[in-house]
Amino acid sequence: MSRQYETVIGLEVHVELATKTKIFCGCSTEFGGAPNTHTCPVCTGMPGSLPVLNRQVVEYAMAVGLAANCQINQYCRFDRKNYFYPDNPQNYQISQLYLPICHDGWVEIDTAAGKKKIGIHEIHMEEDAGKLIHDEWEDCSLVDYNRSGVPLIEIVSEPDMRNADEVIAYLDKLRMMIQYLGASDCKLQEGSMRADVNLSVREAGTDRLGTRTEMKNLNSFKAIARAIEGERRRQIELIEDGKKVIQETRRWDDNKESSHAMRSKEDAQDYRYFPDPDLTPVVISDQWIQDVKSRQPELQPEKMARYQREFRIPEYDARILTSDRHLADLFEETVKLCGEPKEVSNWLMVEAMRLLKEREQEPEDIRFSPAHLAGLIRLIQEGTVNRTVAKSVFEEIFSRDVDPDQYVEEKGLKMVNDEEALLKTVQEVLEANPQSVADYRGGKEKAMGFLVGQTMRAMKGKADPGMVNRIVKQLLTK
Amino acid sequence: MELLELSALTLGGKIKKREISVAEATREALKRIEEQEPEINAFVTVDGEGALRQAEEIQKGIDRGSFTGPLAGVPAAVKDNLCTKGLRTTCSSKILYNFVPTYTAEAVWNLEKAGAVILGKTNMDEFAMGSTTETSAFGVTRNPRSREHVPGGSSGGSCAAVAAGECFYALGSDTGGSIRQPSSFCGVVGIKPTYGTVSRYGLIAYGSSLDQVGPVARDVSDCAAVLETIASHDTKDSTSIPRKDLDFTAALTDDVKGMKIGIPRDYLGEGLDDEVRRAVVRAADVLKDRGAVVEEFDLSLVEYAIPAYYVIASAEASSNLARFDGIKYGLRAQEYEGLHQMYKKSRSEGFGPEVKRRIMLGSFVLSSGYYDAYYLKALRTKALIRQAFDRAFNVYDVILGPAAPTTAPRLGESLQDPLKMYLGDIYTISVNLAGLPAMTVPCGQDEKGLPIGLQLIGDCFQEKKIIRAAYTFEQTGGGQDR
Repeated sequence: MSRQYETVIGLEVHVELATKTKIFCGCSTEFGGAPNTHTCPVCTGMPGSLPVLNRQVVEYAMAVGLAANCQINQYCRFDRKNYFYPDNPQNYQISQLYLPICHDGWVEIDTAAGKKKIGIHEIHMEEDAGKLIHDEWEDCSLVDYNRSGVPLIEIVSEPDMRNADEVIAYLDKLRMMIQYLGASDCKLQEGSMRADVNLSVREAGTDRLGTRTEMKNLNSFKAIARAIEGERRRQIELIEDGKKVIQETRRWDDNKESSHAMRSKEDAQDYRYFPDPDLTPVVISDQWIQDVKSRQPELQPEKMARYQREFRIPEYDARILTSDRHLADLFEETVKLCGEPKEVSNWLMVEAMRLLKEREQEPEDIRFSPAHLAGLIRLIQEGTVNRTVAKSVFEEIFSRDVDPDQYVEEKGLKMVNDEEALLKTVQEVLEANPQSVADYRGGKEKAMGFLVGQTMRAMKGKADPGMVNRIVKQLLTK
Repeated sequence: MELLELSALTLGGKIKKREISVAEATREALKRIEEQEPEINAFVTVDGEGALRQAEEIQKGIDRGSFTGPLAGVPAAVKDNLCTKGLRTTCSSKILYNFVPTYTAEAVWNLEKAGAVILGKTNMDEFAMGSTTETSAFGVTRNPRSREHVPGGSSGGSCAAVAAGECFYALGSDTGGSIRQPSSFCGVVGIKPTYGTVSRYGLIAYGSSLDQVGPVARDVSDCAAVLETIASHDTKDSTSIPRKDLDFTAALTDDVKGMKIGIPRDYLGEGLDDEVRRAVVRAADVLKDRGAVVEEFDLSLVEYAIPAYYVIASAEASSNLARFDGIKYGLRAQEYEGLHQMYKKSRSEGFGPEVKRRIMLGSFVLSSGYYDAYYLKALRTKALIRQAFDRAFNVYDVILGPAAPTTAPRLGESLQDPLKMYLGDIYTISVNLAGLPAMTVPCGQDEKGLPIGLQLIGDCFQEKKIIRAAYTFEQTGGGQDR
């Protein structure tokens, strides 16, 4: 490549909101459920049915908008986007085009070159579509309207990102922020967060934007990173070959690591947007905005700073502990119960993270109660269990949320610090290992470690390691 | 007096006093339907069995004391664009020829709660698009007053059924005059209430921002009583308005003393049939005699109402009717290859020419590049028309004029020239654009014996004023015998 190119990326992120009911009817939004059981005349587009807006959708959209430093449109409206497809029961989607609820905001991300602001063009509310299932066996298509009418917000960024790392950082930021707000669980794999990537390239140093493409079907952060690299390279190759980039929508195939064109701008549909006459405009008062603001929870950046300040936890640990709201809540509740922030942080950062990785789980999957971790920490401090035993107890807490007091009692895991019993066991170990005793006495200090280990094993790990060390040494040097 | 000649309220009173049973009234109505339908064709679906079953249930309810309203046990008909659970609802379109709703429209439900016996579903212009009931896929409805003439439309079936004595009252819907114009042609009373007064939930939409459900009845009192029954605040309809003044029968007083009535000069000008003009002016004189202050004024913008209406209603219709695609219910073409062809063939076969015309018109005015020039301009026109009415209602209590420029045309006369047919809506359409209440009461007939209707328009939420004026007029003889 002779010339230098700059990649310009903007994102359209769809987020499924965590409301209990759908955006325009009272049906459940719960995932799963037999096909077409979470449906009614409204979300199946029956003749004569009418939409009624779910107020909670507006609140979540406002909460996200305010957290992303957006302006709120205090008079906003819903528009119909007209297109025919069987998963779309009315053959129009109720969305927002002319007056979206939020506009002109930004979020800050950390990049290799320091902090950077990514502009938010707008956030709008809309309804999700149903799901088509193609039955190859019967050679027919079926449609499930359970998802039809599940509320979404679409967050449209400015074309402010320049590489995959920035895109991932931006998505991470949005995800964390929205999870903290409780507005969505933002799971890419399950489709509750979906990102379309708009990408163009231009020669470095120019201001004019190149022709962009839109990439769809990106189901993981890794797929997004690969798709960005693939598309960047494809566009540069076209330009180098003297060809033109065509404005089109492309579908990424992560298995093949390549994309193909879905539709070009020429055959783009005219959606004939117009204000939905079945819905009245949403008028948002200053008071309503204030109410939503006053209910905003502490977001990750503030929480992270507070952990460093209040609990004297290093920045790195504070970042990880606050990366997931559930993890942060667990941390704080446990600290509240036992008053040992460093100890709690250690268990979460080391043991919990290790187990999560082993089991390919996410922090939000942690299920144990803060009281049980606090109980374990207390047992260690009281000298009831040693650290080795504590680790195995923690695994049980992590897996099955056992009560540590009860578990230690039942399994007889209390630390043995009975001098006589230990003395007896050490004597037996020394008698059984005359060679090691001789080695030690002959100057091989390492042999002592072996004998301590053998004693611990004989005590099934429950002995106080300090005491064992002392007694072994005592007998060996006698 | 013969049973079928009774007004709905009179019949309701006799049923309450056990002078007539619900079953007896229902059987009489069904008998009349059987006699008249071969010629009139006011109904798309007659539910005889269902009606007799309901009659029995309602009689029990009345005997138990659970139905106490004035209309309990009175047989009625419902326009076929209002959903009725378990009873076929077609909008007089082939595309919904087999559609059986899973729920009942709120307005119909309100009637059912008041103990109405639903006899069946009445014919209409397909999807309420038309002014003659000739665009129905289930045959034309004839005007009971003169069978070579149309009953008007689109609620032609409801008005004809009431005029033919096949039911005691009916529900219609009015998007641009669809209750008032056929009421005028059939010599019955009809009200289009203020937008938001009757729930649209379950009304299969034509032009959502203009559609209102309303009653059609033999006289003003019945009309007010039915409106009082169907009006409600419905949280399932976002455009439904909570009102505390739904006691419309309270306005049935014979008194217009001091009421200021304005007649728009624009409503008496070119295009208005002489006989209709004379009847309307005579009606105004009658009200003047009764103490009203009547004067002429300039409303303005009347000529812009029709183009604005056809842009807005068609735009909304093009989107509202998109859901009829043969996938979930209704007609699906027999043979097709692929999804696109299935849509195309099903819709081509399912919709009639007038509906297609409006879908195309609506799609055009919403397409990119034309939206501002047509749709937005029409919305601005709508706002200006509303302002013109606001100015008028600063001065007048009621606006009086004709409901239609002519009496009922002959069958087959109108469809050849759609533009001329559209012009026939000139006095009714601006009322929908402004969201106002208006009603039609008979005010005489022409030389051929065809009924002429007087239109009374009120300001938003002022149904009571027009009901009072209409009732007073009716008490004077209402031109019925002129």
